[in-house]
Amino acid sequence: MEKSLLAPGHRACAGCAMPTTIRLVLDAAGPNTIVVSPTSCLEVTTTPFPESAWCVPWIHSLFENAAAVASGVEVMLKRRHLDTNLVIIGGDGSTFDIGMGSNSGMFERGHKMLYVCYDNEAYMNTGVQRSGSTPFCVHTTTTPAGTQSLGNPRPKKDMPAIALAHRVPYVATASVAYPVDLRRKVKAALQVNGPSYIQVNAPCITGWTFEAGYMIELARLAVETGLWPLTEYVNGELVGVKKVRRPKPVEEYLKAQGRYKHLFKKTDGADMVKQIQAIADANIAKFKLVD
Amino acid sequence: MEIKAGSLVDPCSTRKTLTGAWRTFVPVVDQEKCIKCSLCEIYCPEGCIHQEEGLFVPDLDYCKGCSVCAHECPRMCITMVLEEK
Amino acid sequence: MSKGNDSRKHQNTANMKVVEGSYAVAHAVMCCRPDVISAYPITPQTHIVENLSQLVADGELDSEFLTVDSEFSALSVLIGSSACGARTYSSTTSQGLALMYEVLYNVSGMRLPIVMNVANRALGAPLNIWNDQQDSVGARDVGWLQIYVEDVQEAMDATLQAYKIAEDAEIRTPIMVCMDGFILTHVYEPVELLDKELAKEFLPAFKPAGILDPAHPKTFGAFADPSTYTEFRYQQFEAQQKALEKIELVAREFEETFGRNYGGLIDSYHADDAEVVLVTMGSVIGTIKDAIDAMRSEGKRVGLIKVRSYRPFPILALRKALKDASAIAVIEKDVSIGNEAGLVTDLKAAFYNSSIRIPIIGFTAGLGGRDITIKDIRKIVEKAEAARKGIKSEFEFLNLREEIL
Repeated sequence: MEKSLLAPGHRACAGCAMPTTIRLVLDAAGPNTIVVSPTSCLEVTTTPFPESAWCVPWIHSLFENAAAVASGVEVMLKRRHLDTNLVIIGGDGSTFDIGMGSNSGMFERGHKMLYVCYDNEAYMNTGVQRSGSTPFCVHTTTTPAGTQSLGNPRPKKDMPAIALAHRVPYVATASVAYPVDLRRKVKAALQVNGPSYIQVNAPCITGWTFEAGYMIELARLAVETGLWPLTEYVNGELVGVKKVRRPKPVEEYLKAQGRYKHLFKKTDGADMVKQIQAIADANIAKFKLVD
Repeated sequence: MEIKAGSLVDPCSTRKTLTGAWRTFVPVVDQEKCIKCSLCEIYCPEGCIHQEEGLFVPDLDYCKGCSVCAHECPRMCITMVLEEK
Repeated sequence: MSKGNDSRKHQNTANMKVVEGSYAVAHAVMCCRPDVISAYPITPQTHIVENLSQLVADGELDSEFLTVDSEFSALSVLIGSSACGARTYSSTTSQGLALMYEVLYNVSGMRLPIVMNVANRALGAPLNIWNDQQDSVGARDVGWLQIYVEDVQEAMDATLQAYKIAEDAEIRTPIMVCMDGFILTHVYEPVELLDKELAKEFLPAFKPAGILDPAHPKTFGAFADPSTYTEFRYQQFEAQQKALEKIELVAREFEETFGRNYGGLIDSYHADDAEVVLVTMGSVIGTIKDAIDAMRSEGKRVGLIKVRSYRPFPILALRKALKDASAIAVIEKDVSIGNEAGLVTDLKAAFYNSSIRIPIIGFTAGLGGRDITIKDIRKIVEKAEAARKGIKSEFEFLNLREEIL
């Protein structure tokens, strides 16, 4: 691996998947890259004034406008005929919810840039609140498990489908546990003469609660259960999936995380586990994950 | 420290903050078993494991002791040891 | 400061053309040569951006023109472009300015010299598309410079001056050039269009402080904790203090180059020996000047002080200009619900610690586009005259329709 373009000394939690994701993306993109980020764990942990972990030019404006700010950068790069990679790296909170308008506009206008969403499935920066990306039955501080509640009642928003609906030429899902795949997808996306979107599964030790150092194994389990299929779309066509040889039961994945532990303590939890298994099974069928 | 107009910050400057002070456990690498697959370097969130003179060594100035490297090493040659200070 | 009967001096009336206000502004923007224009349509700003896109489409203006998804995105796009060293332009009003509120703070905090025309319009609810100044006056604390123009010629001239002020290395502060919506955007007036070459001389290329460049990577927009945040704000505050001088300087330089002067921080009309002085911002000045001409011919000593720069607020200039009046009446097209209105409270505060003890009464008028007539001005002058014997009412809604309450 080349010298990292994200310096150590940043304030991310020990064992956080986000800096690993950034390092992999920047490794694939190289130093001739400008990065735009929304307000997020990423932004707060990497740029506490007067320090910055970024070794490439980087700009943060607000929570909901990364795509618009990046659009402004993109037109200037085009105007000056510069062949610089432009990458947005942002969390799911901004990508799925508050930044939707800005993202939609950018996708629709067809700006040349790669949007990487590191998806830890909640608003982690502000203390683990539910986002549009939070999966079914997850305990968050605003969808807590309680005597009247089994956690988040809504399914995860299908952001890749939204990107596809905008005719984004390259859309993929990736995982921090599959670094070769992620790097390949970043390189492919940067070749596109238009927008591209990659959604990276990035487990959050603080928000999901799991054993220290388990971050990569957990991300791998998400893929192996079928809950996080690794897919690749080019011009709207599904061109590749990562097959799963022997899909693992979702229970193995859920039991390893504190954010699902209420499902194993309550009597109606077992029914929810079945529903989550159904989501995994539906993915396996839809994407033909098993040969 | 000077505040410049618009708060522009120099790159890579978090190196000033030695996050090694955070850790409780420190990774110890059994260099005999190591097959130099570099997965520890790839997965480390701090980017502080590098190959130095052929050996993969964690940079203890920054290592937070998260133990991802120990978990992922395919040869299980990294052990997390309670650090005596 | 200009003097005399009319502050405008047109050198080449032969070069005057009758154009729509929006066209004049678009022409000014063209003369300023921005790299990126990004705006979202909203009445009554629409003609400005439509004219600009036609100029781009016809190759007369070499700018990147983005049709964006909202005003929030419009200004955000310019942040990205400006951080790459672009000269930028946008325009909005009312609901659009309100939607951008968060971004306004972001732009000024990041010290990006973006220029924006605000085609002043009322804010809903209730929805209303007609002119008043609640939008920009309500945004007086966001850290942007604010200039209010009185007619179409000035809207054009001030836009060119705005870039020079904002981009100055000691200022680096974004600026709103405020023009009354419909009244100045949709009116047809004879103007002397700016000469492109002269404008280029007056406003050379933009030199940014630092840009996004992989050869020299920098981080923009880091977060500042309590130990440094205050100093960032102080630097902005200091820059606006410097702008007090810069605005005057640029107005003088403009006069030297183009021969016209609409005032710097303030302007005056028959105010030197006036007993009653009216204070206001924006296009109502035209009506007030006509009213003053009539009243002067009747022997009344009435005058006007135009507040041209609302931010920075020209405290010292106003104290100097108003110290000899015997009564002051402030007319403004905004209201600060809960405490009178913006201009009158800023003015009273500016005088409080000075030795000036002149009765000041305030009027909010023209809200939601209601006309202000010469009769209204005469009424206000009468109330100001009466106030010399004691203020009966400190603040009023002019022309309140009691019958529909």
